[in-house]
Amino acid sequence: MLLKLNVNGQQRSDDVEPRLLLVHYLREVCGLRAANVGCDTTSCGACTVLLDGKSVKSCTVLTVQAAGQQVTTAEGLAADGELHPVQAAFRREHGLQCGFCTPGMVMATVGLLAENPEPTEDQVREGLEGNLCRCTGYHNIVRAVLAAAAAGDPATSAGSGRSGPSGPVRGRGAPAVGTSGPASDAVGA
Amino acid sequence: MIPAPFDYLPAESAAHAVELLARHGDDAKLLAGGHSLLPMMKLRLAAPALLIDVGSLAELAGVRADGGELVIGAATCHADLAADELTRADAPLLAHAAAQVGDPQIRHRGTIGGSLAHADPAADLPMALVALGGSVEVLGPGGSRRETADDFFTGFFETSLEPDELLTAVRVPRNPGAGWGYQKFVRRANDWAIVAAAATGGRIALANMGPVPLRAHAAERALAAGANAAQAAALAADGTSPGEDMHADRGYRQHLARVLTRRALVQQD
Repeated sequence: MLLKLNVNGQQRSDDVEPRLLLVHYLREVCGLRAANVGCDTTSCGACTVLLDGKSVKSCTVLTVQAAGQQVTTAEGLAADGELHPVQAAFRREHGLQCGFCTPGMVMATVGLLAENPEPTEDQVREGLEGNLCRCTGYHNIVRAVLAAAAAGDPATSAGSGRSGPSGPVRGRGAPAVGTSGPASDAVGA
Repeated sequence: MIPAPFDYLPAESAAHAVELLARHGDDAKLLAGGHSLLPMMKLRLAAPALLIDVGSLAELAGVRADGGELVIGAATCHADLAADELTRADAPLLAHAAAQVGDPQIRHRGTIGGSLAHADPAADLPMALVALGGSVEVLGPGGSRRETADDFFTGFFETSLEPDELLTAVRVPRNPGAGWGYQKFVRRANDWAIVAAAATGGRIALANMGPVPLRAHAAERALAAGANAAQAAALAADGTSPGEDMHADRGYRQHLARVLTRRALVQQD
């Protein structure tokens, strides 16, 4: 069926089968490969994207359920060559090991900080309950989320993490400042 | 995993959904958040020929007060219910239960009506509704009807809903300031309860202790007769015959029911 939706600020119109899952639509129709198919059972969160600003697991959403809505993937975060503050914080704090869970972690974090701009460490851990890192790299991930929150960039503050009518989530202003360790280019390769 | 092919129709209203159900019969399934149905369809445990989407119907969303009850639209997602000020004030046990379902992403999609209609005995909201003495509103071809939580759950993943009926709303008593206790035992983040217990207003409900969310009747009677939390909780597993799986055998589940009931009763005081 013919479907209209907005992906990363771009209005799209595609003919899709009703059974096409959103993650497959994003990867195979839109060519956006950030959202990964991990467990494929709503557990691991590697496929997390924002749907009208709310984090969802795109392996368990039909594309047709997203009709008329705004989808934001990790590809839609950076603006004008500048990483989104959450991406910058993940890079600076090295909140990743193999990287497979990272797009989902980043999108879940953008969603979390939109709802709770100043989470405690416990709230970060609870808030990322739906995202699994099988490298067990949670400490740096949590540190990255706290660093992004501490930076207090408007893009990660209340409300602006949601895709408003004006477009998808965009990074604005300076990248997040890490709270620990030297900010080294060595971690960003 | 890809679901088997199906047709998809967004319903224009609750009445339209019921009309479509009547026309398409057993071949059709209702879709709201899809967080119980889609996983089953991906595993090919379910293969409906038609999905009728009621997930974006405004008339099925939101919470309002109606005299002494809260009325919660069936398509209200768990995150909205958990954050709803009215629910947090007047039925805090329900708001808390909604916040225990799955994880944030799941709570953004899954709905109270979907969870109740799915009727997983290990799930949070069926147990919460039984503990609160709530009821559901159901719309069918002959009009609407109400059913108490105690009668709604009829078996393992089974309810009294007919194939041509739509669960439209959930009702719970408003009890601002009433004590409540909620204890859920899990081994992993984002999991269903191995056993859970909820207590409020003299009622005690248990999750995953049988094919449906159960009342701990013997413990409730003891409470009513003046027993303390420990004495009442010792009776919480009486008459239960819970299933066994890799997480727990029958005896361990019964032990958990007693421990969690005691903690829930202490928590509510």
